Amino acid sequence: MQTVKMVVTGPFNAGKTEFIRSVSEIDVVSTERKISTTAEKTVKEATTVAMDFGRITVDDDLVLYLFGTPGQKRFDFMWEILSEGMLGFIVMVDSTRPETFREARSILETFRAYAPTPYVVAANKQDMKEAWEIDDMRHALRLDPKMKFLSCVATDRDSVKSVLLELLYSILSEMENEEK
Amino acid sequence: MALRGNLRDFTITQLLNLINLARKTGTLVVEGPSETAKVSFRDGKLAYAQMGNEDSSLASILHKANKLSVSQFKAIQLRGRSISDKELGLLLINAGYLSQEDILTNLQQYFTDIIQRLFTWVEGFFHFDNDLLPPEDRISVRLDLENLIIEGARQLREWEQLQDEIPSLDMALKFTDRPGTNLRNVNLSVEEWRVVSYINPRNTIRQIASATKMNDLEIRRIVYGLLQAGLIEICRPEGAPPPVSAVRVFPTDDKEEQKSLVNRLINRIRSL
Repeated sequence: MQTVKMVVTGPFNAGKTEFIRSVSEIDVVSTERKISTTAEKTVKEATTVAMDFGRITVDDDLVLYLFGTPGQKRFDFMWEILSEGMLGFIVMVDSTRPETFREARSILETFRAYAPTPYVVAANKQDMKEAWEIDDMRHALRLDPKMKFLSCVATDRDSVKSVLLELLYSILSEMENEEK
Repeated sequence: MALRGNLRDFTITQLLNLINLARKTGTLVVEGPSETAKVSFRDGKLAYAQMGNEDSSLASILHKANKLSVSQFKAIQLRGRSISDKELGLLLINAGYLSQEDILTNLQQYFTDIIQRLFTWVEGFFHFDNDLLPPEDRISVRLDLENLIIEGARQLREWEQLQDEIPSLDMALKFTDRPGTNLRNVNLSVEEWRVVSYINPRNTIRQIASATKMNDLEIRRIVYGLLQAGLIEICRPEGAPPPVSAVRVFPTDDKEEQKSLVNRLINRIRSL
């Protein structure tokens, strides 16, 4: 059995666990714990502390694993471990919480330093009223115009599929460019 | 109990606060990532500081502050160790080259700079030696710690933010590909221009810092400003081998098989 993996990363409460849950064929193996700090508790009750783990079986011979990183900075020692051998990565950004944009940018830079693999950035919660517009977010996150920055709703399977597909297209395109 | 520990558990700001409140006398020795700093206090006030093997003689400090010319500095050096800092200070005052205030101000600035560099240290071990005092031949100052502590706390916050923005100094920088941006029309400081002159995907930020003689905080500040202005972006250093991963990305080395594998993934995701 061949296996490949992708990593879903991003700040606290960006929607990484939901993203994996939407497409994983198994119940996401999540290592969520109740949140201890008051500030974070106002956002959600539980958070990922080690990793999330989802699976998509491609065929008899190939399985794709999706790993979600913990979003809280104090667990960032897990990031490098999770990034080992990844095919590509997705940076999730909560479109409704501009206070996390700077951290998202930092996480993106950190993962780029870990591995020169293709990646896409997903603007999650785009279905919400208070979501920032993609163009504004691109500027705020200082993303290169050529970088894939995709609208996303992590609870919507089709939306998640299109983000995964865009990452796979980028991987394929980079392989083809290497051949030239 | 001996004042001894790890900077991860007890920051420089907290240490200075404790020394200030307890009016301690002695020397704080901090073993940082690449060098050791020694900072001496008398009754909770900063008296003296030395960073690693840096030449912290009065002659060197005054020379770096452009208070002594190269020829004066060389002449003092030629006299070797026969003259102590205290003797040199008296000599300069009596000869009318400098006032006592000039000398003390420059020493205070030098010691303060060392403390400010210490604020950027987040890793390392420290201990406080009650019996270790500044060398006899050196001139001590008496500087209140309160302002240093406030400045240190502010700098620590800035440092944390800058580390978030620029997590690694081993990355390189390149100019953004924005048509119409002309650097000549941008108002940059001398330090910023010095950094700009080294911006090239072949140079890591750390190498630029070394070439421009800037510490981690200074280079991060300037890079952050240039990033915010959209003039530059962070990139992987050219020619640097990609990080070696113990785990292979693809289960096969054959390029065609790899492409086939990605296409199978694409088809599967589409069919979900």
